[in-house]
Amino acid sequence: MKGTWELINANEAAAHAARLARVKVIPIYPITPQTMIVEVIEEFIVKGMMNAEYMRVESEHSAMAAAIGASSAGVRTFTATASQGLLYMHEVLHWAAGSRLPIGMAVVNRAVGPPWNIHADHQDAISQRDTGWMEFFVSSSQEALDSILIMYKVAENSKVLLPFMVCMDAFILSHTHMPVNIPDQEDVDSFLPEYRPPHWSLDPDNPVDMGNLTMPEEEYMEMRWSIERGMKNAREVFRETSDEFYRIFGRRYGMVHSYKVEDAEHIIVTSGTLASEAEVAVDNMRRNGRKVGLLKISLFRPFPQEETRTILSKARTLTVIDRSYSFGYGGPLAMEIRSVLYDLDERPKLVSYVAGLGGRDVTYKDIEKMVLHSEKEKGKRMVTYWYGLKERIRSSGFEEVI
Amino acid sequence: MGLSEELVLPISRPSKGASGRTGVWRVFKPVIDLQKCVKCWQCWLLCPEETILADDVPKVDYDYCKGCGVCAKVCPTKAITMVEERE
Repeated sequence: MKGTWELINANEAAAHAARLARVKVIPIYPITPQTMIVEVIEEFIVKGMMNAEYMRVESEHSAMAAAIGASSAGVRTFTATASQGLLYMHEVLHWAAGSRLPIGMAVVNRAVGPPWNIHADHQDAISQRDTGWMEFFVSSSQEALDSILIMYKVAENSKVLLPFMVCMDAFILSHTHMPVNIPDQEDVDSFLPEYRPPHWSLDPDNPVDMGNLTMPEEEYMEMRWSIERGMKNAREVFRETSDEFYRIFGRRYGMVHSYKVEDAEHIIVTSGTLASEAEVAVDNMRRNGRKVGLLKISLFRPFPQEETRTILSKARTLTVIDRSYSFGYGGPLAMEIRSVLYDLDERPKLVSYVAGLGGRDVTYKDIEKMVLHSEKEKGKRMVTYWYGLKERIRSSGFEEVI
Repeated sequence: MGLSEELVLPISRPSKGASGRTGVWRVFKPVIDLQKCVKCWQCWLLCPEETILADDVPKVDYDYCKGCGVCAKVCPTKAITMVEERE
């Protein structure tokens, strides 16, 4: 295999991806646990390993506003944030997607307050679901690096033209060192050529106005439809792009990643690092004769509906584990999976769980317990079980607490 | 690669009246007394909507003037007065 091996964490992997993508502008604001991305990029620039404009901004809202300005000027743009920082960007995220700017962002998934908590939780990214950003969840440093390169190429495709966030769990990925193959620059250059905006950019000789007032009878609704067309096209573009990535780098990524699902009667569905932990649970349970498999949802937006339905339709029982919550309904991933299965004549039983909020540890043993619990559960109940709450709550007889 | 029709962008090129006839928003209307005008062109320079036309003398484009009153404020000879619009 080409490239060089380094022992790095996902923060460093994301910074390497920005360097290898030859990003030109990086407006960025530090927040735990993303700060190392800021520091490593600064170091690359100071050492002359990266030729980029590094912008110190006063907030995440400004970081995204500046990223919109830079991307509008027609250059590849990168930023990174987490938790409250991502929430603070929320309004501007809509502007980035609506302006059809293929900005790249690393999101280190961290719990949102109150109370303050810096640990792994997907609530920050899941709360940006409807902004028009593509969202890709990873489970290793290698995947963090590779998916940023892949997603730039998807985002900049003239059929897509939408921004993306690559989401990686706080600390479990951002601060855990693992071996990562750093691709050679020339290979990345051939995979990801310089960004040349095919649709619009700021040009003093040919002035444009972006986002001007639009009346109901004008084209506002057409523009919203157009974002959905970009999302729809992104699925096919992702397939082509990840094939091309595989041909050059030898590593294959799907919109979903399945593990031992071929003969599985019971499939665990989850994302991020919970999915790598679930692989251990699958192996363990298979040793005990249970036909368990795993489906990891990598691309959350656009949602890989067909791939998900094809794989899950063959199973008898599904255990869906979310690391975020939609208050007043249930687990966000479970909602998507239920919806994907609705059109099937025969649907597997689906049992939804929320676990690991605020970085609470979820081990393969916990995942095995959830699998056994869903085997016994009757199903056809629109509930989400809260897994791993404190004993004083578990022993108080509340429904849907295990 | 050509762009598909499905790409609908929130982009506009500068053109007169792109946001409709904004003159209908006006409550007070600038009226220029040409007897007092010294053609210093301060009103033309400072109008935020470029609705003061530079002819031989300054002339207001009432289709797009929103009546903000900047021209009246900056006029050194007080040649411009803001008159309330009446139906």
